[in-house]
Amino acid sequence: MPENKVMNIVVCIKQVPDAESVKWDHKTGTLIRDGVKSVINPFDYHAIEAALTLKDELGAKVTAITMGPPQAEEAIREAMSMGVDEGVVVSDRAFAGSDTLATTYTLSKAIKRLGEVHAVFCGKQAIDGDTAQVGPGLAVRLGIPCVTYVSEMEVIDGGRGLRLKRMREDGFDVVEVDFPVLVTTLSTLNTPRVPSLKAKMRARKAKIPVWGASDIGADEKRIGLNGSPTKVHSTYIPKFEAKREFLEGSPEDQVDALITRLKEAGVI
Amino acid sequence: MAKVNYFLTEEQQMIVDLAYQIAVEKIIPVRARLDETEEFPWDIMKDLAQADLFGLYIPEQYGGLGGGCFENCLAVEQLAYGCIAVTTTFAASALGAYPIVLFGNEDQKERYLPDIASGKRLAAFGLTEAGAGSDAAGIKTTAVEDGDYWVLNGTKQWITNGGEAEIYTIIALTDKNKGARGASAFIVEKGDEGFSFGKKEKKMGLRASATRELVFNDCRIPKDRLLGRRGAGFIIAMKTLDLARPGIGAIAVGLSQAALDESVNYARQRVQFGQPIISFQAIQHMLADMATQIEASRALVYAIARTIDAGEKDISKLSAMAKLFPTDVAMKVTTDAVQILGGYGYMKEYPVEKMMRDAKILQIYEGTNQIQRNVIGQALNKEYARK
Repeated sequence: MPENKVMNIVVCIKQVPDAESVKWDHKTGTLIRDGVKSVINPFDYHAIEAALTLKDELGAKVTAITMGPPQAEEAIREAMSMGVDEGVVVSDRAFAGSDTLATTYTLSKAIKRLGEVHAVFCGKQAIDGDTAQVGPGLAVRLGIPCVTYVSEMEVIDGGRGLRLKRMREDGFDVVEVDFPVLVTTLSTLNTPRVPSLKAKMRARKAKIPVWGASDIGADEKRIGLNGSPTKVHSTYIPKFEAKREFLEGSPEDQVDALITRLKEAGVI
Repeated sequence: MAKVNYFLTEEQQMIVDLAYQIAVEKIIPVRARLDETEEFPWDIMKDLAQADLFGLYIPEQYGGLGGGCFENCLAVEQLAYGCIAVTTTFAASALGAYPIVLFGNEDQKERYLPDIASGKRLAAFGLTEAGAGSDAAGIKTTAVEDGDYWVLNGTKQWITNGGEAEIYTIIALTDKNKGARGASAFIVEKGDEGFSFGKKEKKMGLRASATRELVFNDCRIPKDRLLGRRGAGFIIAMKTLDLARPGIGAIAVGLSQAALDESVNYARQRVQFGQPIISFQAIQHMLADMATQIEASRALVYAIARTIDAGEKDISKLSAMAKLFPTDVAMKVTTDAVQILGGYGYMKEYPVEKMMRDAKILQIYEGTNQIQRNVIGQALNKEYARK
């Protein structure tokens, strides 16, 4: 971190239907969303906690950002009651029908309006859509590195960057990355803190700005339905089918075995 | 179904919501383990500190929120819905802090209250001794002036947060022959020369709270640790307990509510003779009495706490009532809860046996309920003599 400069951290949060109050319409086979309570996506609490942990350690301004209907400001107030400094609701009728491509474009425009940002935290995915695409897509459109599925985090070199444990299907990577970075969080990363009374009182009085398409200078062809090429055919959980094999023996034996395998596979 | 409207302000409702959230998310999942292991609930104390709850009753200029007796009651009621051992640990810090809030000089307030408000240091209150429980005037611990120091000798018994707290308000005799004016209050810090702790007591209930002896063996503390006037020790103790007792009533209300919730939920799903047992009048009447007595307790505690916050000075009788009735109700309600759950209620898999074990202390600590009746009775005698 450059000295004499306030670190800016952004947390992206999403309001989702409360899983406990959602009911199923057996006739139509769809969710009944009317009258269902909205809550912060569970994984996003861990993103908020990660941002606040970093703030505690390095000193920073944490801004929560959410895209959704105007009532999503409740999610911002809840994040502020945990210690987030400021919040923005990105909301406009023109955003309706956004897929993850349009959403990440829209969020990236909003984040760019906040100025220089050193770290962005997102939950690994939202429990309503389950795509896990917004974090990585946002990183691409912000032009910063992305580390997904993070279960451990520590600051390195006095604040130059982070050492992160990224979980994979069959193990984990330990990644060191300089700021700026976008991180998506697993629930094993931390235990979200309880709100504080002082922050709750501040959050209640806070004015939460609502930014529309023109506020963030969004290209109308890239937002809402216009900017959303996604058509959903069906949804399923993909299978992970990569194979692996451990080669044993002396280094020479292992090299020989590897060359044989590669020849068999037609790679060399 | 309508709930009683207690006309809480938005801030007060926030306190209720936050304390309830902590009870449900942080306390209930671990209460059985804490009860079993008698582990001191440091993790939850950190959550309460993060939530600013330790600052609830501390004036704003010392880092608190400037709330009164009522705000404290609202918080402990909800925390007690989770576990009264954890709540007593929290409340005992308030009991140790009140003498400083009420009687401390500017320097003492600035030195101690910010750390208590932030939850950085826990406080505790030491009055009881082996030979001085209900008869508080029977204390033997002494404090003798020696140049720039006070030298304390004696042993305090059953001190909640003993050994875990860092700031202690201690009542000790400064003039043995002056009777009620012979005691003074002192602030003693963990680590002071000659100050040590006895073994941790094993208890029937309230097991996650720490209860230890405080041992003063030529304990030397600087002169400026005297709290209030010399000779005001018993007045300080009584004023502190008067302010704290409605909080015990509120803890009883929270515990009773938890026992009622367990009872109704169980009675609705437990089937005997082909129907849920809540359909039997014998069960319904028990539940009806429990619910009515709990609401009456809550209304009493809230009304008296608000009276105290409105500046009423002569509060001993009211404060005793706010402790007496809800704690007797809690003992009855938790006992009935075990009865409604029957054999399951007696087993540790269900939380009501712990609630019943825990409830008993409420009738004993911070003045037994017999002493509360004495206080109320003596106040009536005085009141009617004036008419």
